[in-house]
Amino acid sequence: MIMAGYLESSYRTFERIEQSKLNAFITIDKPGALETAKAEDDGRLAGRLAGVTVAIKDCITTKGLRTTCGSRILEGYTPPFDAEVVARLRKEGAVITGKANMDEFAMGTSTENSAYGPTRNPWDLSRVPGGSSGGSAAAVAGLESRMALGTDTGGSVRCPAAFCGVVGIKPTYGLVSRYGVIAYANSLEQVGPIARNVSDAALLLDVIAGGDPKDSTSVSEADNVCYTDYLKEDVKGLTIGVPKEYFSEGMDKKVERAVWDGIMKLQELGADYREISLPGTKHALSAYYIIAMCEASSNLARFDGLRYGLRTGKDENWHNTFSRIRAEGFGAEVKRRVMLGTYALSEGYYGKYYLKALQVRTLIRDDFARAFKDVDVIAAPTMPMPAFKIGERVDDPLSMYLADVNTLPINLAGVPSISVPCGFAGRLPIGMQLVGNLFDEPLLIRTAYTFESNTDFQKIPGGF
Amino acid sequence: MITEKDVEHIGVLACIDLKHEETGLFAKQFNSILDYFRELDGVNTDGVEPTYHVIGLTNVFREDVAEGSLSQEEATANAARKEKGFIKGPRIV
Repeated sequence: MIMAGYLESSYRTFERIEQSKLNAFITIDKPGALETAKAEDDGRLAGRLAGVTVAIKDCITTKGLRTTCGSRILEGYTPPFDAEVVARLRKEGAVITGKANMDEFAMGTSTENSAYGPTRNPWDLSRVPGGSSGGSAAAVAGLESRMALGTDTGGSVRCPAAFCGVVGIKPTYGLVSRYGVIAYANSLEQVGPIARNVSDAALLLDVIAGGDPKDSTSVSEADNVCYTDYLKEDVKGLTIGVPKEYFSEGMDKKVERAVWDGIMKLQELGADYREISLPGTKHALSAYYIIAMCEASSNLARFDGLRYGLRTGKDENWHNTFSRIRAEGFGAEVKRRVMLGTYALSEGYYGKYYLKALQVRTLIRDDFARAFKDVDVIAAPTMPMPAFKIGERVDDPLSMYLADVNTLPINLAGVPSISVPCGFAGRLPIGMQLVGNLFDEPLLIRTAYTFESNTDFQKIPGGF
Repeated sequence: MITEKDVEHIGVLACIDLKHEETGLFAKQFNSILDYFRELDGVNTDGVEPTYHVIGLTNVFREDVAEGSLSQEEATANAARKEKGFIKGPRIV
């Protein structure tokens, strides 16, 4: 008799989810998950993720399972197809626990902009888990799933990974298919793994990465790479670049200390480091938000309640009907970004805002290209502060945007980045982000794995 | 400087029917955000090409071969208002 099969361990996971105070999930799929686990116990299903519980961010489409994107506008929507990443998880036998909470349409840094209430940080329930993939990171840190998928448009995987003390990867743009991922800013976003350690994150990346004919922006670079082959302890001879612009005046001193300690640790393990400059960094925030808002205004034009989602009230003419439904369905931050994007793209402002931002994006991309001629990996704080309090920033959009200052240049350049735990400020976790050149995920995984194997920051929050 | 009237107009362009109490708050927030963005005016971008896409993909083609797709029933299953297998929209005329 099998005492602790997949069914039993999955069942225990759901007990934790059902008793949880975190609000990490919008929808759970207990029947589907237990059925998968049972089939694996019975030997009818197998794969590299057999018995592995995985939470899916709710902007990633799941066949037959409600998908809300954290928004009221998708009320009642049950997708008729799986996103490519979900299809790949199912093929490897993943036990999908449910749909993780998020900022509405992935617009946010705290998961407070969800129509389904904020998620709480497992390390301190009065604080945010980060965002926008806050439900995914909280579920992993709070032992409510072993792994999770998030999406990262300007830091949305790495920020919550840092705030919740787990590992998160933002892959190179194009490495992972976006087919079935509800678009917010399509030239910036990638699906990325969140896990409790680098090994799990590398395994999940290996499953989801690879070209997909259904996403014409996906590339085939990952098709012949096995990311788990790079779980090796070796940083000898690597040159780590430390960009001075990522250690700003106003940053938290404990974060600064912990990240420098992390860099010293890598040096002790055989790497060299040198300070570098990425001068375009100071303009990244403006360029990022202009591009993201412009893309959002176009991508979110499709939500009108006609083919799916919210369709309330009496029909009038098209414009009034859709304008009323969109006003009811979108939250304040989504309205702000869609409207600012509409404004920036409107006649007379296109050159001033959108075109200018795209040119600045080139400068930022050139910064990284230049830096990677001299260094192998860039190390910096993921977030300039530890998790902040729920309610602290949500009424001041600009102060929320400023929190993304270290993560969003990476999306503008399209390069990959991994956030790993590197210390604590009191009981709150701190994340260090390692950034690589395009398609250098193997190097990032090797560096992060070496760091993790020689440090002791992969802790589980108290009370869990 | 964005006025409340401007916000109302942007709302019309973006198809979002704003409540009166929203326009004042949005006008204030839009001004503070756009003020911040104004720092880009000082960046010299003469002769710099815009980056639309980071990995330099151009057109991606595939063979023109028919593949399976959703059935009519599946494709319309999520529409709240339907008639005879079609999605029902608001009146045009």
